[in-house]
Amino acid sequence: MEPLFGKTLEELQQVAGALELPGFSARQMADWLYKKKIGSIDEMSNLSKDARAALNAKYTLGMAPYRNVQTSTDGTKKYLFNTTVGKFVETAYIPDKDRHTVCVSTQVGCKMGCLFCMTGKQGFQGNLTAGEILNQLRSIDEWEQVTNIVYMGMGEPLDNLEAVLKSLEILTSAWGFAMSPRRITVSTIGIIPAMKEFLEKSEAHLAVSLHSPFESERKMLMPIQQVYPLEEVLQEIRSWDFGRQRRVSFEYIMFRDLNDTPKHVKELARILKGIRCRINLIRFHPIPDTPLDTSTNERINAFREALNDQGIVTTVRASRGEDIYAACGLLSTKELVKKQETGKP
Amino acid sequence: MHQHILSEQTLTFSEEIAEGVYLLGFSRDFSFRAGQVIGIGIEKDGPRRLYSICSGETEEEVRILYNVIDEGYLTPRLSDLGQGDTIWITEPRGEFLYDPARAIYIASGTGIAPFYSMFRSGQFGNKVLIHGERYLERFYFYNEFSDALGDDYLRCCSGEEARDVYHGRVTDYLRNAATLPEDFKYYLCGRAEMVVETRDLLIERGIPFNQIISEIYF
Repeated sequence: MEPLFGKTLEELQQVAGALELPGFSARQMADWLYKKKIGSIDEMSNLSKDARAALNAKYTLGMAPYRNVQTSTDGTKKYLFNTTVGKFVETAYIPDKDRHTVCVSTQVGCKMGCLFCMTGKQGFQGNLTAGEILNQLRSIDEWEQVTNIVYMGMGEPLDNLEAVLKSLEILTSAWGFAMSPRRITVSTIGIIPAMKEFLEKSEAHLAVSLHSPFESERKMLMPIQQVYPLEEVLQEIRSWDFGRQRRVSFEYIMFRDLNDTPKHVKELARILKGIRCRINLIRFHPIPDTPLDTSTNERINAFREALNDQGIVTTVRASRGEDIYAACGLLSTKELVKKQETGKP
Repeated sequence: MHQHILSEQTLTFSEEIAEGVYLLGFSRDFSFRAGQVIGIGIEKDGPRRLYSICSGETEEEVRILYNVIDEGYLTPRLSDLGQGDTIWITEPRGEFLYDPARAIYIASGTGIAPFYSMFRSGQFGNKVLIHGERYLERFYFYNEFSDALGDDYLRCCSGEEARDVYHGRVTDYLRNAATLPEDFKYYLCGRAEMVVETRDLLIERGIPFNQIISEIYF
């Protein structure tokens, strides 16, 4: 049985066509799926009884409740969802005054193998569908309050581009959730062809994981540098007109004595010259057996000031949900996957 | 940008060299550096994936070694192609290249390809090669490596036992090795799980992380 949730209007039109339903029923389905809250196809009350029966015979609604939730002392929540490939993903909900951000996952695990990231340690178990990405939003307790969405959870979003673009279409279309793309940020480590396609087909903000302006250092931290060097990523970004509303930002995790020196400030200013952007500094959240260390708060603040002095808008992202492993770089379902594969409780 | 320049190539051969593992080839009309990757697609505007070149820099034919991913889009279709069929490729790219420093090359599965390319390009001095596979038939280039490298070529086979083959995974071998030279570089290539696990193990065994260079297939 195929899920309806996560289908674009065009796909719903195909569903309607295949079942010989009236042409307008695709919009009615989209309305029920993305604008109202229902628990079954039978609740699509403006569809005929026969239409609902025909849908029920081939499709499921496709929304699934979360499996577990943990709450941090700072109010951050970490949700656990099952996926259709029989695995698990985590989603973080981060409240901050009027801002309610959800950090969604796009893959079970990750293939990118960044040295500092917990998700990479579990390997890769599969891509999420557009419906599974959206379900992480629609099925959390705080859905009605969500103001911002960041594609920064488990996985590399642009390694699952098709599903990510589809989910963005559903989120931002008038027939879908009708959210502004300016409230959505998609993160990438810089897979250039996919980044180009994302920039062409979506209006959401772009965030690029930078972490070191020096090629040799970045290569040690992020194997992707071997194939898509930062210099070419920046060259691609420079070739785009982001306009006044769309934003490109760079994520920069602070590692003590590795990438937090004045030399790094100087080089960052040099390579980012001419790009209207901001840098988000992120305190490193140590993962087990890591050879990396966290920069001191003093060093992080000095780094921020030095970059601001160079004319680059730089902020320090607050660490949220660290006590429940919901903070940046800590999402992982490795233990659950391992238990499942070995059959041990 | 280089990765967007496409050229159409006619396959000179395509062969299943072990169960689910294919080697394809086409005439070389461009230059590349051993260790680099190219994007391959079967349609001009269709999806493309990156693969390490598995042949020498000056050979007439470019060869690509790949696994068929049953649930994938590209590789099941690619494996249906034969001599005379066409594919689309991008220009070569990548910095996972030969370095004259003393190094240990560690490959799993088709991750052997860039090392074989270096080997076929005469860029292999000073290196030890460790290759991990599940089945013996998958040590595709055993004869060549063995003849040229002797004891500096080690096979780790997790699924079968044989003389002169370490029985177990590459990570088992490294975990049990009496010593690992701390002043060597370590080049890792293969699937993410193997690369990450091996990198963690090397770090645990005292190898500085800045001496570990990884190429991950994604």
